[in-house]
Amino acid sequence: MLDKESRKSRPENQVERKAIINSQFRRKWHSFCKRKVAVLGLIIVLAYALVAIFADQLAPQDPYQQDLVNMLQGPSAEHLLGTDEMGRDILSRLIYGTRISMRVGTMAVSVALVLGMPLGIIAGYFGGKVDAIIMRCMDVLMAFPGMLLAIMFVSILGSNLNNAIIAVGIYTVPNYARIARGETLTIKGNEYIEAARAVGASHLRVVFSHVLINTLAPLIIMCTLSFGQAIVTTAGLGFLGIGAQPPTPEWGAMLSSGRQYLLVAPHVTTITGLVILFLALGLNLMGDGLRDVLDPKLKD
Amino acid sequence: MLKYILKRLLALIPVLLAVSVLVFLMVHMMPGDPAIALAGGEATEEELENIRASYGLDKSLPEQYFTYMNKILHGDLGTSYRTQRPVAQELLIRYPNTMKLACSAIVIAVVGGAGIGILSATKRYTIFDNASMLTALVGISIPEFYLGLMLMLIFCVRLDLLPISGGTGPINMILPAITLSFKPLAQIARMTRSSMLEVMGQDYILAARAQGFSRAKVIFGHALRNSMNTIVTISGIQFGALMGGATIAEKVFGWPGLGDLLITAIRGRDFPVVQSTILAIATCYVLINLGIDILYALINPKIRLG
Repeated sequence: MLDKESRKSRPENQVERKAIINSQFRRKWHSFCKRKVAVLGLIIVLAYALVAIFADQLAPQDPYQQDLVNMLQGPSAEHLLGTDEMGRDILSRLIYGTRISMRVGTMAVSVALVLGMPLGIIAGYFGGKVDAIIMRCMDVLMAFPGMLLAIMFVSILGSNLNNAIIAVGIYTVPNYARIARGETLTIKGNEYIEAARAVGASHLRVVFSHVLINTLAPLIIMCTLSFGQAIVTTAGLGFLGIGAQPPTPEWGAMLSSGRQYLLVAPHVTTITGLVILFLALGLNLMGDGLRDVLDPKLKD
Repeated sequence: MLKYILKRLLALIPVLLAVSVLVFLMVHMMPGDPAIALAGGEATEEELENIRASYGLDKSLPEQYFTYMNKILHGDLGTSYRTQRPVAQELLIRYPNTMKLACSAIVIAVVGGAGIGILSATKRYTIFDNASMLTALVGISIPEFYLGLMLMLIFCVRLDLLPISGGTGPINMILPAITLSFKPLAQIARMTRSSMLEVMGQDYILAARAQGFSRAKVIFGHALRNSMNTIVTISGIQFGALMGGATIAEKVFGWPGLGDLLITAIRGRDFPVVQSTILAIATCYVLINLGIDILYALINPKIRLG
């Protein structure tokens, strides 16, 4: 009888729960909007995202089309940002490069999240030997400076863009695992977890419906901040010649080839670098804002 | 304290062993046959076999690992495939260059970053504070290779004040060191500012001021001392990261350090050099982190005793 009643009241409960989540979200969104620089960051990032999505429509020319007669030209009516060493239109290459970089950020963050979050939650939730084994492995990965680890992975996997993305994703895994573990440990001590277990919820259910949702806030912040980091690091690998290979219109590789013409055509490197800088700046502004809103504890 | 240091040193051994295994395995997973790299393209199968035998490449992986570790512990880091010179010799030339660069960069970063952070915190919401925090944000966002190239463009090409590259003298080091110091400087400035602000909001600061201590005395004697933990930690993290970040700055300016050596070796499939360079950088990194932990324990009794 009691069982029946409690089942009956369930939909209402869920509606209520949804309303609470909704209003919580709205409150956070409100306080995010009050931070003007954070909103500026969001606008910058959205602008880059739009450029990436509509690259085909926005790019005035084919990013691979060479024109050796007009190489290393300054900005003109035909080529708004000039041409590179192969006479290719820099603006078009930058626009397609935005698409590549957005993919880099998304994929690298996904790799780190998909590997790091479960590892961290498992380590924190089960503790004991499992925890020790996972975290010691993470310690070994953390015994390398990030850039070095990325260079190592790329040299095993081979120098191309996709491998660079995987490498950059893998080296941030320990950070995600640590955060997820820390949060899980805090949550695990709560009474509602014990209660959920006591009424017969399986470990899997507890992890998915209670632990996971509570680790999200710090991980979202981490994702935003490491999104930009991933883009810059991947561009760095491209710059070192072990990431994206020419003629791919990847920003780092473009900077690397433009660098040889620093004396005669400084606009190639200057403009490309500015494009990377603005995206990184936007992501950092947004990340700072998100951190203030979602997790005041982490405020630096 | 001595017990703490010893304990931490002992805990390093398994980490370093695991690092060496990982590096060894990774280097062996790299594509490309080192025997072919050694022979240089046109070699018969027989010649390749001979090379494999003389370099011990035909043995099993565990066997190769133990030989390698045994040699390392005796100070033999192998011979470069490319130059035929001992790797240890090459590392001894490159290592001081990287350390010179990293140390100058961290000194600039700590002095500049802590200075700006303290000033920003004491002059909160003034033009100086806003401007320096904006610059710090740009500093965190700007990729090192771009900053390096722009500094080069301004100071070497436009103003013609400094040489572009070549040489390892102090003049050649100015731009790479500034490039490398920018990101840590920005991080340290931001962390110092927020930590100082937090401490300055505490009651004991108000109490000290009420007792008649001068503002300078309170800032340096009370607030700064209590922010030291944060400053030391963040500086240490940044110094460690420099060991990896230096690679890019070295490449931009052609600075003959470990990173430059590593990238060249990876491209040339020069396995002994790759292996030892990575191991050297990782060991340094781990030791720096340990040093920071010890320093941290020295200034924070809570950790030492806890």
